[in-house]
Amino acid sequence: MLASYLTMAAILFCIGLYGALVKRNAVIVLLSIELMLNAVNLNLVAFSKYGVVPSINGQIFALFTITVAAAEAAVGVAVLIALFRARGTIKTDEFDELRR
Amino acid sequence: MAYSESAWLIPLFPLAAFLLLTAWGRGFRRWAPIVGAAGSLGSLVLSILVMAEGVDYRDRINWIKIDGLSLSLGYEVTHLTSLMLVIVSLVSLLVCVYSAGYMKNDERITVFYGYVSLFVFSMLGLVLSDNMLMLYLFWELVGVCSFLLVGFWYHKPEAKAAAKKAFIVTRIGDAGLLLAVLLLFWYMPNHALDFAGIQNVFHGQSGAVDDGITTLIALLVFMGAVGKSGQFPLHVWLPDAMEGPTPISALIHAATMVAAGVFLIARTFVLFEASPAAMDTVAYVGAFTALFAATIALAQHDVKRILAYSTISQLGYMMLALGVGSMTGAIFHLMTHAFFKALLFLAAGSIIHAAHKQDIRELGGLGSRMRVTSILFGIGALALSGIPPFSGFWSKDAILSAALDHNPVLFVAGLLGALLTSLYMARLYFRVFAGKPSAASEGAHESPAVMLIPMIVLAVLAVVAGFADTPWNEWLSGWLLGGEPSAHDSSSPTVMIVSAAVSLLGLYIGWLAYVKKTIRPASVTEAMPGLSKWLERGYRIDDLFASVIVKPYRMLGTGAKLFDRYVVDGVVRLTAGAASGLGRMTAALQNGQVQTYGIAAVLGLIVIIVVMAGRRFWS
Repeated sequence: MLASYLTMAAILFCIGLYGALVKRNAVIVLLSIELMLNAVNLNLVAFSKYGVVPSINGQIFALFTITVAAAEAAVGVAVLIALFRARGTIKTDEFDELRR
Repeated sequence: MAYSESAWLIPLFPLAAFLLLTAWGRGFRRWAPIVGAAGSLGSLVLSILVMAEGVDYRDRINWIKIDGLSLSLGYEVTHLTSLMLVIVSLVSLLVCVYSAGYMKNDERITVFYGYVSLFVFSMLGLVLSDNMLMLYLFWELVGVCSFLLVGFWYHKPEAKAAAKKAFIVTRIGDAGLLLAVLLLFWYMPNHALDFAGIQNVFHGQSGAVDDGITTLIALLVFMGAVGKSGQFPLHVWLPDAMEGPTPISALIHAATMVAAGVFLIARTFVLFEASPAAMDTVAYVGAFTALFAATIALAQHDVKRILAYSTISQLGYMMLALGVGSMTGAIFHLMTHAFFKALLFLAAGSIIHAAHKQDIRELGGLGSRMRVTSILFGIGALALSGIPPFSGFWSKDAILSAALDHNPVLFVAGLLGALLTSLYMARLYFRVFAGKPSAASEGAHESPAVMLIPMIVLAVLAVVAGFADTPWNEWLSGWLLGGEPSAHDSSSPTVMIVSAAVSLLGLYIGWLAYVKKTIRPASVTEAMPGLSKWLERGYRIDDLFASVIVKPYRMLGTGAKLFDRYVVDGVVRLTAGAASGLGRMTAALQNGQVQTYGIAAVLGLIVIIVVMAGRRFWS
């Protein structure tokens, strides 16, 4: 039972990772990060229900993660809007300031 | 005893002169001859005092001490060395005085005197050394001085080439001497290298050193002497060395340095006495060189080159004397040769100074223009030709009679050499001084007194030095052998008469050919054009060396150069290229995009995970 949840979470995480590393559109990158966080949430819930030592703690942590993810998404979108105002684009390959 | 104890001071006078001249530099031009001559004069005075004292004395200090092995610095006064000291310092003093006139207008006269003083220091040090290692050091130093002075006029390409040739060719011999020193060090009891120790070990061949090794060491020592003393086949540097200033030719390349080889063999004579094979080698090489160089001298046109080949020939005589066991004869001839050959070279310098030409085909009739020089040159020529009662006669006679005692073949070779000697000297003398003045001789005038006086002193010595050792007065051989009765020098009247007659015959032929003109020398040349060309080129020994040694060597060098350029440099360039290529590749990774860095981080994580997981399975 646990294995199918974990497999599902791993698949979600990998899709998120792929999107975060490869997509050129920064909004999609943000969405991909949400996907990875949600893969983690799924793991937390699965372990709290079917883990070796089942406990409600996992579900509470999932709630925390959802809250933090909401905040993160808000900050991330705000940064994107600021970037778009400054540079007129949110394509990730246009941003190589780290090189300088 | 007092003077012999302070014999170590002798080389220091010229060294001081050298340091002074080098420190002062060019601002010192007017004083240079005085400083140089004063250095030699100090050495000469002390040398004469030491020689007059006639005491054997040696002293040394420890130089390097490693685990019971000690190398020492020391000096040793013996009858042989004190005689050499006097010869060297006397000739160098006279050459210093002479050069004051000859080199007067040279820009670098202080440098010249500095080098000469350094040379005198090295030569005196060589003579005084009490062990083989020190002798070897000074041996190299005189080689360096010779190099510097041959190449003194370095703006002439010939002088540069000659200096390099002199240095490289003598190095071949020096390598032999170094090997001899190393072998001695290896085989001598207690690793002693001092001459007294060598004398003890090899005297009467006590069996401390194997016979074969003894012969090998003696032959290697002889190899050093062959290089320095211009014996066949390493004689090729000496004629070219005449590119140096003429006083240098007189001092280094006639009287002193080239005689160092003879001196070396005389100093280690006990080694040679212990090895008959080495003795024979010395004798035959010497006799061959004496004859060989004399034939070349017949066909040369340059005054100085004739004298150079004559020097080689006379050094051959000295080697011959050593080889037949007559150490005293060799040293006697060394002494007389130093005087008359220095005289001849200085007189040749006087000619060059006056006429600015040194080709005997362009000279002629100088006798009327330069009366004193012509007389002095004549005295030198007579002494060299071995005409009694000039000094060369007595020393050559000592050698020839020793050779006759030993082996008639050597005697005949020596006699033939004597004939050729007087013939080429007659040719040289008559072509330069007799007849009508040529175009070059027209403007010639006698040299100044400062050049004539040293020549006059040498001329007096060239006349009287022979009486140091005559059949009725064996002072010199007695002196050299320290009172032991001489076994060899019992010259018979027959030898004296024959050698004098042969020398006179040579002079007579020369007179007929170049003064009376009853024999046309040109007819000989026309009859055998190949031979005279061959002789003029010195039997093409230089060409032989060029094709047998120099060319393969150059090819080897070219090969090595290509190897260096394409293989060694290739590896270097490959390393550099790999590093910079790697750099360019990694630089491309740093594109400033977070996603690329993220990919790299993920890949790194995967690698770490794989490694961690893999470790579980393998270990």
